[in-house]
Amino acid sequence: MNTALSWIKAYVPDLDVTPQEYLDAMTMTGTKVETFECLDKNLKNIVVGQIKSIERHPDADKLIICQVDVGDKTLQIVTGAPNVNVGDKVPVVLDGGKVAGGHDGGPLPEDGIEIHNGKLRGVESFGMMCSIEELGSDRNFYPEAPENGIYIFPADVKVGADAVEVLGLHDTVFEYEITSNRVDCYSVLGIAREAAATFDKKFVPPTVEVKGNGEDVNKYVSVEVADKDLCTRYCARVVKNIKLAPSPQWMQRRLAASGIRPINNIVDITNYVMEEYGQPMHAFDLDTVEDHKIVVKRAADGDKFVTLDGQERTLDREMLMICDGKKQIGVAGIMGGENSMITDNVSTMLFEAACFNGANIRKSAKRLGLRTDASGKFEKGLDPRNALDAINRACSLIEELGCGEVVSGVVDICEPLPELRKITFCADRINALLGTDVAEADMLKIFDKLELPYEKNGDSYVMTVPSFRQDLEGVADLAEEVARFFGYDKIPSTLPSGEATTGKISFKQRIEQKAAEVAQYCGFSQGMCYSFESPKVFDKLLIPADDKLREAITISNPLGEDFSIMRTISLNGMLTSLSTNYNRRNKNVRLYELANIYLPKSLPLTESPDERMQFTLGFYGDGDFFTMKGVVEEFFESIGMKETVTYDAKAGKTFLHPGRQALIVYNGTVCGYLGEVHPAVCDNYDLGTKTYVAVLDMPSIVPLASFDRKYTGVAKYPSVTRDISMVVPKEIPVGDIEAMIRQRGGKMLESYSLFDIYEGSQIKEGFKSVAYSIAFRASDRTLTDDDVNAAMKKILNGLEGMGIELRQ
Amino acid sequence: MKEKLEQIKNEVLSQVGACNEVDALSEIRVRFLGKKGQLTDILKSMKDVAPEDRPKVGQLVNETRAEIEKVFDEAQKKLEKVLRDAQLKSEVIDVTLPAKRAEVGHRHPNTIAREEVENIFIGMGYEVVEGPEIETDYYNFEALNIPADHPAKDEQDTFYINGEYLLRTQTSGTQVHVMEKGKLPIRMIAPGRVFRSDEVDATHSPSFHQIEGLVIDKHITFADLKGTLGEFAKELFGQDTRVRFRPHHFNFTEPSAEMDVSCFKCGGSGCRFCKGTGWIEILGCGMVHPNVLKMSRIDPEQYSGFAFGIGLERIALLKYEIDDMRLLYENDARFLKQF
Repeated sequence: MNTALSWIKAYVPDLDVTPQEYLDAMTMTGTKVETFECLDKNLKNIVVGQIKSIERHPDADKLIICQVDVGDKTLQIVTGAPNVNVGDKVPVVLDGGKVAGGHDGGPLPEDGIEIHNGKLRGVESFGMMCSIEELGSDRNFYPEAPENGIYIFPADVKVGADAVEVLGLHDTVFEYEITSNRVDCYSVLGIAREAAATFDKKFVPPTVEVKGNGEDVNKYVSVEVADKDLCTRYCARVVKNIKLAPSPQWMQRRLAASGIRPINNIVDITNYVMEEYGQPMHAFDLDTVEDHKIVVKRAADGDKFVTLDGQERTLDREMLMICDGKKQIGVAGIMGGENSMITDNVSTMLFEAACFNGANIRKSAKRLGLRTDASGKFEKGLDPRNALDAINRACSLIEELGCGEVVSGVVDICEPLPELRKITFCADRINALLGTDVAEADMLKIFDKLELPYEKNGDSYVMTVPSFRQDLEGVADLAEEVARFFGYDKIPSTLPSGEATTGKISFKQRIEQKAAEVAQYCGFSQGMCYSFESPKVFDKLLIPADDKLREAITISNPLGEDFSIMRTISLNGMLTSLSTNYNRRNKNVRLYELANIYLPKSLPLTESPDERMQFTLGFYGDGDFFTMKGVVEEFFESIGMKETVTYDAKAGKTFLHPGRQALIVYNGTVCGYLGEVHPAVCDNYDLGTKTYVAVLDMPSIVPLASFDRKYTGVAKYPSVTRDISMVVPKEIPVGDIEAMIRQRGGKMLESYSLFDIYEGSQIKEGFKSVAYSIAFRASDRTLTDDDVNAAMKKILNGLEGMGIELRQ
Repeated sequence: MKEKLEQIKNEVLSQVGACNEVDALSEIRVRFLGKKGQLTDILKSMKDVAPEDRPKVGQLVNETRAEIEKVFDEAQKKLEKVLRDAQLKSEVIDVTLPAKRAEVGHRHPNTIAREEVENIFIGMGYEVVEGPEIETDYYNFEALNIPADHPAKDEQDTFYINGEYLLRTQTSGTQVHVMEKGKLPIRMIAPGRVFRSDEVDATHSPSFHQIEGLVIDKHITFADLKGTLGEFAKELFGQDTRVRFRPHHFNFTEPSAEMDVSCFKCGGSGCRFCKGTGWIEILGCGMVHPNVLKMSRIDPEQYSGFAFGIGLERIALLKYEIDDMRLLYENDARFLKQF
């Protein structure tokens, strides 16, 4: 909301502050000022001059030489403007003065343009006559200015006067950010009330008095509200013998500062009161209102209606319409109809000030794609009491400005007004909430300033909340009023007392931190991906049509198809990020992500889905499948999962290389999978290199993890190592050999390690050579050969049973 | 005898003096001190000395032996030092050659910011809790005093799944989950991902992160809120940081405020970074609205509390001077490596 300081001062006459002081103080009492603009910032030394004579320039057809009286002297000024005549009064910028912009109306330079005496085609010129564009404005806000040429003042302006003053440009426009609860502050009066309280000045609202012509308004119009749920009040007044004319300068200037274009006195008064009271109004040409009857009711689905901007709109049955005896003449609270708008021929007019349901207006405006100043005000939910005040204010301005004859009386169709809320309060309670020690008398003074009436009631007080402050619901709200004007900055800073609490993160969060740590040690950097993605992702990942992963939660109003489903697999984000890096020529990129996937328990969603944290790793460049396997095992070990991890090559992941993938199994629990990305999937992601991924399902892992550590004694007795060399059928994975060693090795088995694996010419077809080193140790004695031989025999028998030949 | 010893000593001195190799020195040592060495021979001839002279001669022999050993030891040390010096000299490296680094990974700037914030509050006794990202309308809005027709609920801000479920627009719903558990007092923060239907650009993302904070106890005041968040700002932005609380409005707090911190670029004198105001807006906060307490079955007559919400990306962008929010989701290694 933008408002001129001069308008605020109209109701707070004693206000005398600099723009910066105003900004700071208002912001600290809760009426946040975003910024301000001094309209005269770059206007310097500009006076009203009168053209005394005009002669042609001897050397230029398009230039003229004017002698201009600027009060204390007469200056010779050369101009190319086509519109000036002898006797015209014009703005003249003197030598060394400044204007805001060029005559072409282009963007205004930050520091304006300085004007100096000079010569134009050999003729001396002392200063410059200005167009409205050079004064930093335009014809939208000064409709009387010529399209191309010097601005001409009315004849009664005094020669030598400050032209900027005459134009009403010694003013500052403030831009406010009003919070949604302060509906009253979407009006000049509301802000003025806050300003008066902020600076401790008197608030003087306008006095409203309508004389009327003695006729009865009911003879001119009747009103029926059919849908009272959407319209709690409808006030109508009639003005006849309308004399359309421009509104006075002060009104035009205030509207212009609010960003509203002056049109004529009637339209301007409507807009002026909307800004002033925050109450939108509408004016109908009464002669177009059939049967002189207003009916407020819902439209029917599919109704067509032409709004006053000439657009045809399609209505539905939740949109409230203003109708006359026969037809629709306006969309309630949003925009009037072309069929009833005020034209230059208007003679009798109907003023409307109503209170419509805010939520309904908001939804209707949205469905129509038509948000207007009026709908923007209505949708906040207006005070029904304000409607009558506003319509009376408009009519008093009609009389004051001589725009027409106001018919006496108001048609006022009003639901019973809600009773004013009462809040019981006492100073102690407010101080207890704020942690302050504000004296009761000071609190009451604050309420007085804000025009919040209260009465003493025993030990406490009862406030009767005025209707313009419906945001005040209870003591907490009153505490805020006290805090705002006592000063947020004066409230002390303390730390909470009371029972001590333990600061901590959960076990799950600790596991996640470990995951991040291990990933980083292993060279992986953390990425962050969106939770929503495109349903096309499943095809990209070659996920079968009937796979459960395709059962994803759909967003009903997504930003687009690419962000329309909640991911059920974390790989798309990882592969997309790796692809971005690959295509930017980044070498050896390793990324990890810790974020959720969202698995519905049922679709459509009727209960909260399963949000599963996934620890996703991916890389390309140096390393292979076993590098990734190493990261997984480092992670498991770091969270106390020290038993053997097993890998099931039959993972069945369509997006991974069929011969290079495995489920990660710990103690019988599948914790995730890893593998090389299927080359076809790499192609789909534009990844021209081997890429490896691992996905660990954290909810499966957390219950297996532990941070308990127990020391086992460092061995005192020596270990005995035996090497075995085998010829193994190719299809037996070494994992099976290791399982056999573990199973048969007995208590003395300390460790085993693969030290050679070979396939090739020396080994018979269909077999591979594998060699292990196996270590045995006892904690209580030195092992004998017999001990070790017995253990080895068991192992070897087992291996032979698997079809493995031992090489001597 | 005495002359003989003197002679041996002189011979040792001259031979050792001429020796400049460790091996040669050992040979000389053996020649004089070894089992068949000259000095050993003299000891052997002690039996020819008159018994009454033996102590005196013995002492003389021992003294000479000690002197000779000392000569050898010193020579040995000297020669070793020469050798070591030569070795060290030959091993000089160019220390400006490139380092061999273990390639470690990097945390996401958002995570760094989150953990910084978390650690400050953990130090003040806050528990870190989590809540669901797909929420019900009740937890995201209604229980936070945002009634059915509030404009914030308008479709243009919220991603809906259906009439009941939505993607949470704020982490504040986690407050309600914690309050409903009924365990008091509460000191918690809830970091997490939130969603709003904003198109992606340099300052907007449809998915971002917040940290919600909540304290509920007897006698919690607005002054406590100021003190706590003031401490937090000092910890996060430096001890010279000043804070400013401005009145604001949130449905679930009353009184409400926005907190600004003095600009950490210019210190508050005004610069382009802070748009000349000297202040940077950091978070929203307030005293928990009595309606919110009541809905979560906490008696507002007995308990009070404060809540705050911090935009994590805002902190990360400000602290690390990242000028485009899109960088956070691109995962370009050259970006991530800087953190």
